[in-house]
Amino acid sequence: MEGIEERFHSVQLTPELCQGCVNCTKHCPTEAIRIRGGKACITSSRCIDCGECIRHCPGHAKTAVTDELSDLKKYKHNIALPAPALYGQFNADIPVRAILAGLLKLGFDEVFEVAHGAEIISLAIRDYLKRSGVVRPAISSACPAVVRLIQVKFPELIENIVPFDAPVEVAARLARVEAQRLLGLKAEDIGVWFITPCPAKMTAVYQPLGTEKSSISGAIAINKIYHDLFKLVTAEVQDARRQASWVGVGWAVPGGETTAIGVDNILIVHDINHVTNVLEQVALGKLKDVDYIELLACAGGCIGGALTVENHFVAEHRMKRRIEKKKIQDPKRGILPRTEYTDFELGLTGRRAIEPKPAMRLDADISKAMSKIEIMDATLKSLPGLDCGSCGSPNCKALAEDIAQGRASLTDCVFLLRNKVRDLAYEMVNLAAKLPPPLDKEKKEE
Amino acid sequence: MPEQGIELEFVLEAADFDSAGEASSKIKRTLQQLGVRPDVIRRIAISAYEAEMNVIIHACRGVIRAEIYSDRTELVVDDEGPGISDVKLAMQAGYSTAPDHIREMGFGAGMGLPNMVRCTDKFDIKSEKNVGTKLSMIIYH
Repeated sequence: MEGIEERFHSVQLTPELCQGCVNCTKHCPTEAIRIRGGKACITSSRCIDCGECIRHCPGHAKTAVTDELSDLKKYKHNIALPAPALYGQFNADIPVRAILAGLLKLGFDEVFEVAHGAEIISLAIRDYLKRSGVVRPAISSACPAVVRLIQVKFPELIENIVPFDAPVEVAARLARVEAQRLLGLKAEDIGVWFITPCPAKMTAVYQPLGTEKSSISGAIAINKIYHDLFKLVTAEVQDARRQASWVGVGWAVPGGETTAIGVDNILIVHDINHVTNVLEQVALGKLKDVDYIELLACAGGCIGGALTVENHFVAEHRMKRRIEKKKIQDPKRGILPRTEYTDFELGLTGRRAIEPKPAMRLDADISKAMSKIEIMDATLKSLPGLDCGSCGSPNCKALAEDIAQGRASLTDCVFLLRNKVRDLAYEMVNLAAKLPPPLDKEKKEE
Repeated sequence: MPEQGIELEFVLEAADFDSAGEASSKIKRTLQQLGVRPDVIRRIAISAYEAEMNVIIHACRGVIRAEIYSDRTELVVDDEGPGISDVKLAMQAGYSTAPDHIREMGFGAGMGLPNMVRCTDKFDIKSEKNVGTKLSMIIYH
């Protein structure tokens, strides 16, 4: 766990609410959390902002830091970028246009659907998969938590990730350019806000993946604006601006991305634990005959994001109904899926390679790392192997690692501590029976 | 002074598909903890996995041993089994003796040995009919 750097994470702890229970440590896919001093501590270099700890914290101590509507004041012109997942929070009979109108009433000057970006990326991936020499299976770059998981835990699979931005980044760039061109605004006067279903996207704004600087100004959680938005959205008031087609909107549910790309030989995997398992398989050289893998960190895809409000099964059902409706209605309204895109729209010029960030290394010096592995192995043998997590590390193996790293001690294990207390107690009883000589004398006098 | 290294050893049983891949995954994890380069880890993990699967599919039992040193990893896979009657033929891509039920599971495509040769820096195979096969591989870090 070396290489700890100060970097921004959306997922944060509210210490007053943390009871020091071990739920989050157990659910963290990268074993980034330890309970120390009765509070959860997140190791920055390992955190991928997937939001699993937010989902599982019974005290709601884990939260996602996102921007606020009040931050809109910082800019003259504010553009909302709604994730398709936002639409799943509403009944299917509330049209997308009504939701967009609601966002305008909330204080945004313009809306630009992320689904537009999704349509562009879908076409680009379709063309990319036709190229020769593509490392198979190609892996989707859309979910930032998955990309970070690969950086941290599967750095050898970075070359499998398709070399494109996530749809939201494309949408942000286009929305920005459009506002500059049509309204003659300066770049610094435009605020571009992603209405986000998850903390990983928030982190991606401040720590961009594959681009130098994000075109997004900030991210506002769906659950933060939902209450106000819900009251403003009515089917009667609709925004008539150009809309993305069902193809882009479909990205909110698992399988939507691969459907949009139009590739058949695929695998769709959601839920971070399943994603980890599949990446293990890819790393072992399996699944080379698969063209494309759509990987989503949240169970149920983006509509299952930790910052959404609706149960993800409910949202998925609504979303599927909405998409079926759109498939029929969109063509009648002249809304058709995109068929073309330009390199400018794709934004290839600003891209840089996604770098590996392996965080599992025990020491920068390999011989020191070897000694630590030896300590770990020896320590693990003396631990009870119950994986109870009471020590504050997620399992016995992690405690052994923490001990080897000098961050924990054997007595952190409650079972080893109990044995030690018992041994001490026996010793005390034995000692008590051994009376000192003067008292021995008194006894004889009696 | 003997060279410092980490030794990992796993016993493999024929047809034990439940634990297939466990040895390679553990070897991989250890290499990650040591900070070995990701592309090198990938080659070692793939070689170990292919060898592990070969024992599970073809042999009776075997042992996979990884000796990890600062500059290299040595893999030795020693099995008791039918042996390979024509090693040269077995080394050809696509040649397989795996029975249909194994192929139906998606294994036995005849790429195992060629894959190992591709991923390793030194590869040695010794096989004796009705006794067993021993693979020795070295991958430099």
